[in-house]
Amino acid sequence: MKRIRIDEKYCMGCRLCEVHCIVQHSKTKNILKTYMGECSKPAPRIFVEEKGYVTFALQCRHCEDAPCLDACMTGAMYRDKETGAVLCSEDKCVGCWMCIMVCPFGVISRSSDKKIASKCDLCMGEDMPVCVKNCPNEALKYEDSKD
Amino acid sequence: MKTLKTEYLIIGNSASGAACIEGIRKIDKTGSITVISDENTFNYSRPLISYFLAGKVKKEEMPFRDKKFYSKNNVKLILGNMAKKLDTKKRIVCLSHGEKNIFNKLLIAIGGSPIIPEIKGSWLDGVFAFTTFGDVVAIKDYIKNHTVKRAIVIGGGLIGLKAVEALIELGIKVSIVELADRILSTTFDTKASEIIQDALRKTGCNIFSNNTVVEILGKDNNKKVKSVTLKTRKQVPADLVITAIGVSPNIQLVKNTSISINKGILVDETMQTNVKDIYAAGDVCEKNIPIWPNAFKQGRIAGENMAGGNAVYTGGIAMNSVELCGIPTISIGKTSLEQDKYKILEMHKKEELIYKKIVLENNHIVGCIFVGNIERAGIYTGLIINRVDISNVKDTLLEEDFGILALPEKYRKHLVGDVGLEV
Amino acid sequence: MAKRPTPTEFIVERDKDRCIACQVCVRMCSNDVHIYDADTNTVTSDNSKCVGCHFCETLCPTDAITIKKNESSFKPNANWSVSVISDITKQAETGGVILTGMGCDKPYTIYWDHILLNASQVTNPSIDPLREPMELRRYIGRKPDKIELDYNKKGKIELKTMLEKQLKLEVPIMFSAMSYGSVSLNTCISLAKASHELGIFYNTGEGGLHKSLYKYGKNTIIQIASGRFGVHPEYLRTGAAIEIKIGQGAKPGIGGHLPGEKVSKEVSEARMIPEGTDAISPAPHHDIYSIEDLRQLIHALKEATDYEKPVGVKIAAVHNVVPIASGVARAGADYIAIDGMRGGTGAAPKVIRDNVGIPIEFAIAAVDARLREEGIRTKVSLIAAGGFRSSGDVIKAIALGADAVYIATSALIALGCSQCQKCYTGKCNWGIATQDPYLTKRLNPEIGVQRLKNLIRAWSLEIKDMLGGMGINSIDSLCGNRTHLRGIGLSDRELEILGIKSAGEPQ
Repeated sequence: MKRIRIDEKYCMGCRLCEVHCIVQHSKTKNILKTYMGECSKPAPRIFVEEKGYVTFALQCRHCEDAPCLDACMTGAMYRDKETGAVLCSEDKCVGCWMCIMVCPFGVISRSSDKKIASKCDLCMGEDMPVCVKNCPNEALKYEDSKD
Repeated sequence: MKTLKTEYLIIGNSASGAACIEGIRKIDKTGSITVISDENTFNYSRPLISYFLAGKVKKEEMPFRDKKFYSKNNVKLILGNMAKKLDTKKRIVCLSHGEKNIFNKLLIAIGGSPIIPEIKGSWLDGVFAFTTFGDVVAIKDYIKNHTVKRAIVIGGGLIGLKAVEALIELGIKVSIVELADRILSTTFDTKASEIIQDALRKTGCNIFSNNTVVEILGKDNNKKVKSVTLKTRKQVPADLVITAIGVSPNIQLVKNTSISINKGILVDETMQTNVKDIYAAGDVCEKNIPIWPNAFKQGRIAGENMAGGNAVYTGGIAMNSVELCGIPTISIGKTSLEQDKYKILEMHKKEELIYKKIVLENNHIVGCIFVGNIERAGIYTGLIINRVDISNVKDTLLEEDFGILALPEKYRKHLVGDVGLEV
Repeated sequence: MAKRPTPTEFIVERDKDRCIACQVCVRMCSNDVHIYDADTNTVTSDNSKCVGCHFCETLCPTDAITIKKNESSFKPNANWSVSVISDITKQAETGGVILTGMGCDKPYTIYWDHILLNASQVTNPSIDPLREPMELRRYIGRKPDKIELDYNKKGKIELKTMLEKQLKLEVPIMFSAMSYGSVSLNTCISLAKASHELGIFYNTGEGGLHKSLYKYGKNTIIQIASGRFGVHPEYLRTGAAIEIKIGQGAKPGIGGHLPGEKVSKEVSEARMIPEGTDAISPAPHHDIYSIEDLRQLIHALKEATDYEKPVGVKIAAVHNVVPIASGVARAGADYIAIDGMRGGTGAAPKVIRDNVGIPIEFAIAAVDARLREEGIRTKVSLIAAGGFRSSGDVIKAIALGADAVYIATSALIALGCSQCQKCYTGKCNWGIATQDPYLTKRLNPEIGVQRLKNLIRAWSLEIKDMLGGMGINSIDSLCGNRTHLRGIGLSDRELEILGIKSAGEPQ
């Protein structure tokens, strides 16, 4: 199972991951359209944290023992059989925010336009998550989990 | 009379019941599992009933696990059938339809029943509880067949307010009657309650706090609800009354058995009752905080242990999240406390309806409230559950960019087990 | 008027139709060129601060930024150029020496571009490096005049002559001296690890050795310069060779100055000086005033390391480089590194960088010729340094007489450097010439190592191709083989010094 690894030593804090995450989850997936207001801009599913000169970009860890899966009362939050990723089914989510409440990484947020939870989906359908692909310093890596 | 034999018998088909199946199947892939439910739906998410009432969720969207879930896990599902009698020695559960079920391991996850206040007139048509899918189907029918313009919701807790929100959504004018001096008095502090109260009032909702309903009055030959009389003698007209003052554990089944009970069933940390191989989980348990994540976790832990695992339930904390009138809120742990023993950190942006509060006890967070802005609230939940010493980051807890990075490295690293996945 | 603003050097052109105000440029520019206005949600620039490093341009996700040279300034004047006027103005304001970084950028003749390589036709056919083995391995160090062989007891032939210690290079290219302090640790790690994986060497400069670099000791040439920074017995023992630095091509005749701001805790530990103090290397070594003094130091170092490591001497290419090199060879150096005037630096007075020294082409040709004349060419290896830009430059240098070359600027460009020449400010956006932890992390050594390896691999392939074309299958056979070179556009005198014939002249 592939996971995103974070190497905070080399995170420059440029937030290109954030930009590309927003674009990837927009309607048009076109960077100019996404930002120039031709369609509503989604919330980033990656959180760039900064403290002094340490920075890192954090997204869902797709925990083995994921608290959000237990907390979800609609069954919207599910584990993808193939990839092991924790995904949120938009159709089933009603926006009760239980997942936001229990995620110890604080990486689930309210979607900007709909009343549903928004979280990292590992850019399903792409070869690799766009945050990893566009990290200019390889501070994010998409690798097989070590267990 | 039919007698069935099963390895694992689960009574109750809500959060704990379904989680138990997952727990068992994690360890035992083949042992036979039978689930008994007195309800007729193959499963549904109880917290979704308010969304169903508001019409935001359709009937087919109510299940939190799909139909395949049972077949895939090789589970025999007995619906619309209530467990009537339990013989802990012979390990038999008798059902209302007459069958007997002999089990090896048993989970009792039959939840709680709504507490119906003893009010004159509570038997009238148009008075409903608000706990099951059946309740809501009945309410929907009633609204469809009668002119319902005004409703009274008795109880200003979370369940009551979810009902209120759904009714407002349906265009019904709602009045809330709350015994305490404010709504959500058990989950929120005064400030947070006020923000929600103000928002509710803005939508045209009446709130009668420090008050109770003493009588429900009827019309049409005293059959249907007409109005209620409050403690203050005020008459409030109502076409519909919903009672939502809480639930109590369903213990009829285990009364007069050797299973220890108090108000609910007593269990140890493996979720086992005093009788070996008989487990209980969810709202039926004593001192349980009746919230979905706890029930689910308990169910799964019980399941794992029933299948020979050794999982331990370390206890849940009270936590609730709900969006009311478009304001998202989250409350975790101890939130309404005396100031002297606890240190309170607060941030209140009145204009933006944002309120954050963190309750500290000796360098540990014991509770918090988030109103209006709930981003990253889960980080605080983690700090509470893991009892992290936050003395070094105390001053930054309420900063806008507070995050994982501010936390002790050791804590950050422990969150995810796999090497390299930690942050 | 007492004050006149100097014209901005660059203009940040921002395509308004493409700028999405994502602020990546704002966050990344260490010179604070880009400014975000939250009220209008737009990004603007302060052109006067732009150094033209192109970091923002590289990262901009919509290609909205183009850094352009500011064309509009003064009336065109071949004598009083913009940079001349700017420098004078700056000095009129500050009264100070103008500092700069990297190598001389003046348009002096680059002789590599006036030298052409030979190729085989019909007779002496060329060799296809894809089909036949091609040898790029070089040994640096003193070679014996003759080799004596003998049969051992088992009747097998055995080498009787005791060989001096040699440095074995898989490719005749090494990474030239860059000190930890002038460049970031991540730069050093990239160079060290790449050398290790390539089977070549990097040079510590006068920065001492950071504790994390000891493990690359077998691929490290440790340097001893006039400041003696970071020199201790373990340092000497760790390296594969020791290099006494007398001079540097970018600033012959003057010392070095690492400002206190760059002397972080770790730099201070590696250099063995107090944190935050200026690290000043004197112009001369205060114990070397003659070849004899140098000889003493060389042998002291050999003694200290049990004669197990080659000891080399690095000098700048100056007018007297020929006799100096001869002296150095006679002083017992195992190799002489000659640094030409286009060699880089972390900081130097601009006037020195641009006006002192001679090009490496002349130096290497002249020194090689003289050492041959004196019959001591085999006693010492020659390493050419100073502005090698391509495999073409490298192979020409070897044909002129170098045993190997040192590259540094090219290596830094491979790591991202855009030659903005602001190394001395310590604000390198690429994380190379800086110690600011916010900036150094921008150079991920994993990427760095790969890029350096790629560069050396690419040059090796090209060198093999060129060698094969000349009908040579070993780089050894090319060393000093000037018959493979021809000059073009050069005067007779220049051709004579370079020791090559003119294009068009047959063998």
